[in-house]
Amino acid sequence: MSSIKKSVSKLFLATVGMFLFGFALVPIYDVFCEITGLNGKVTGPTFSEYEDIGNREIKITFTTTNNNGMPWFFDSDRSQMKVKTGEQNLMSYVFTNTTDKPMIAQAIPSVSPGKGAQYFHKTECFCFEQQYLEPGESISIPLKFVIDPDLPADISSLALGYTLFDITKDQMTKQASN
Amino acid sequence: MSAVIEGHHDDHHHGPAKGITRWLYTTNHKDIGSLYLWFSFIMLFIGGAMAMVIRAELFEPGSQIVSPEFYNQMVTNHGLIMVFGVIMPAFVGLANWLIPMQIGAPDMALPRLNNLSFWILPAAFGVLLATFFMEGGAPNFGWTFYAPLSTEYAPPTVTYFIFAVHIMGASSIMGSINVITTILNMRAPGMTLMKMPLFVWSWLITAYLLIAVMPVLAGAVTMMLMDIHFGTSFFKAGGGGDPVLFQHIFWFFGHPEVYIMILPAFGIVSHIIETFSRKPIFGYDSMVYAIASIALLSFVVWAHHMFTVGMPIAGELFFMYSTMLIAIPTGVKVFNWLSTMFKGSLTFETPMLFAIAFVALFTIGGLSGLMLAIAPADFQYHDTYFVVAHFHYVLVPGALFSIIAAVYYWLPKWTGYMYDEFMGKTHFWLSFVSVNLTFFPMHFVGLAGMPRRIPDYAMQFADYNMIVSVGAFLFGLSQLLFLYVVLKAIFYGKKATGQVWEGAQGLEWTLDSPPAYHTFETPPNLEAGEAKG
Repeated sequence: MSSIKKSVSKLFLATVGMFLFGFALVPIYDVFCEITGLNGKVTGPTFSEYEDIGNREIKITFTTTNNNGMPWFFDSDRSQMKVKTGEQNLMSYVFTNTTDKPMIAQAIPSVSPGKGAQYFHKTECFCFEQQYLEPGESISIPLKFVIDPDLPADISSLALGYTLFDITKDQMTKQASN
Repeated sequence: MSAVIEGHHDDHHHGPAKGITRWLYTTNHKDIGSLYLWFSFIMLFIGGAMAMVIRAELFEPGSQIVSPEFYNQMVTNHGLIMVFGVIMPAFVGLANWLIPMQIGAPDMALPRLNNLSFWILPAAFGVLLATFFMEGGAPNFGWTFYAPLSTEYAPPTVTYFIFAVHIMGASSIMGSINVITTILNMRAPGMTLMKMPLFVWSWLITAYLLIAVMPVLAGAVTMMLMDIHFGTSFFKAGGGGDPVLFQHIFWFFGHPEVYIMILPAFGIVSHIIETFSRKPIFGYDSMVYAIASIALLSFVVWAHHMFTVGMPIAGELFFMYSTMLIAIPTGVKVFNWLSTMFKGSLTFETPMLFAIAFVALFTIGGLSGLMLAIAPADFQYHDTYFVVAHFHYVLVPGALFSIIAAVYYWLPKWTGYMYDEFMGKTHFWLSFVSVNLTFFPMHFVGLAGMPRRIPDYAMQFADYNMIVSVGAFLFGLSQLLFLYVVLKAIFYGKKATGQVWEGAQGLEWTLDSPPAYHTFETPPNLEAGEAKG
């Protein structure tokens, strides 16, 4: 009997362990993405200043997308610019709540090609916080960024895309449960 | 262990209880095995009916019979039912019937848990099927239920689906704990691990796979539940989560799951081929190691299901090569089966026909799997009917044929009556022809670019789709014949001997047909090698 009990408790522990492992995959995946640049995930804010402003010129393309059903107006001032590596740059984005209800939005960035993501340093970005806008309100928010001089030589252009999500409902649920 | 035997000692002198309570309260491995197999048989016809709806809709291009919304529900539930309601319960049923008899044990190690793991299964599928009658309809996001389709854009019934998956998972986990505990602790004295029949080996490894991945699936659906109802953002990009993470977690479960549905088939086919070749299996040890290596490799190949999500090139290469590596142990098994048949005294009874068809057609499915493993080629094949053809070849003439073969092979042992050989062979040839008619043309339309999970298609695919639909209807009807053959054997069959098949080896054949309600209450005395597959 004891040998059966032993097998069962070991297997039960393995089951619990694998259930927890399923959840552990979430942080493991984040770390993995950060290391490999998978999905062009960008982290930050980073405060990096470079002594030497490189002479490499990188073309940056800015794209904005509204997630399915997000009615706001959301765009960058310019769609392209050329920057030098190591240089502080500024780009401004406009958000307009076109509805008659107050809403909360969150912009999610993605850099392409993915392996360039870790060289795209943002010192200031609206994507680190949520945007709350009253009906009809419009704001312009700056994005400050530096391109790391260590950017691999085979990358001559980078695209920074933002997708704007409507998170009003989620925030309401969160507040209600708090 | 002694307590288990003593527990049975009390009802040693009488057989099963009478009436419905026999089945509700039973802790007997043979009863529970039969329950699982009948449950799986019923679900086969429910899931099959859904396949018929799908094929009827695709008989001609254009919208014919059902709405696109209902078509999506059919595709989703067909997949879920066939995977979780047919193939898996059928293998668990076979495990219940066969493992104790093959290792010389009186019953499963945990008989009450065994009862529970069966009876929560009809509850799970009751919940799943009930969603058809609820507002918003049944789950419609495909059996792989990718987020955000299954979270933000799902019908409200997704919560019932999550609950059903939790129950199915619990059932599988309890069943696996039972199988492993039984095999590790209750083998007859003298039966070492490397003398176990191959079916037992394949189930031991399958059960470990289940314990490793079913909890991960439970975790995935729990995360969905939290995203939908509790404001978390595991898979919501807007909240900092990542929908691609869902695919990684799902396929970390999903790929081992694929092997859960095929490894027991390897065990079954090994027994049938050696019996009707009248030769012991060729390369027993290599068979065991091959199953084990396939199981281990299954944990490092999952991302080949998602080559197109955007992965670093190193990732694509890793998953491509590791996937191709699986062809080696699988090839070992196929060659071992062929070598077993080589120069054997072959006869071709129905189980052998299904087993040989398994070897041939499963290999076709394996080959298209290798093609899909080539990452650059997969960018063309991804989400086309080529993929549908591939996994149906490994699951229908693969897993399902092995289950049918097992039923023909062991039915005389279980019931004590022979099936009608002529009807069995008719069933085989109808199934064999129609299964190829159904799934082979899917390769062609898939390579030509017909996408899966769409209720309509371009005109140029019309002819092949008509052939596929005709094949599917024929295959569906052939399985009604299977039901008839089984019922005819049970009610009008000729008495079977204990040995049943001339060449059959193994402990279960030393028992009467049908075996007594309780068998091997005293463990059999094994001479070395006697019990080997």
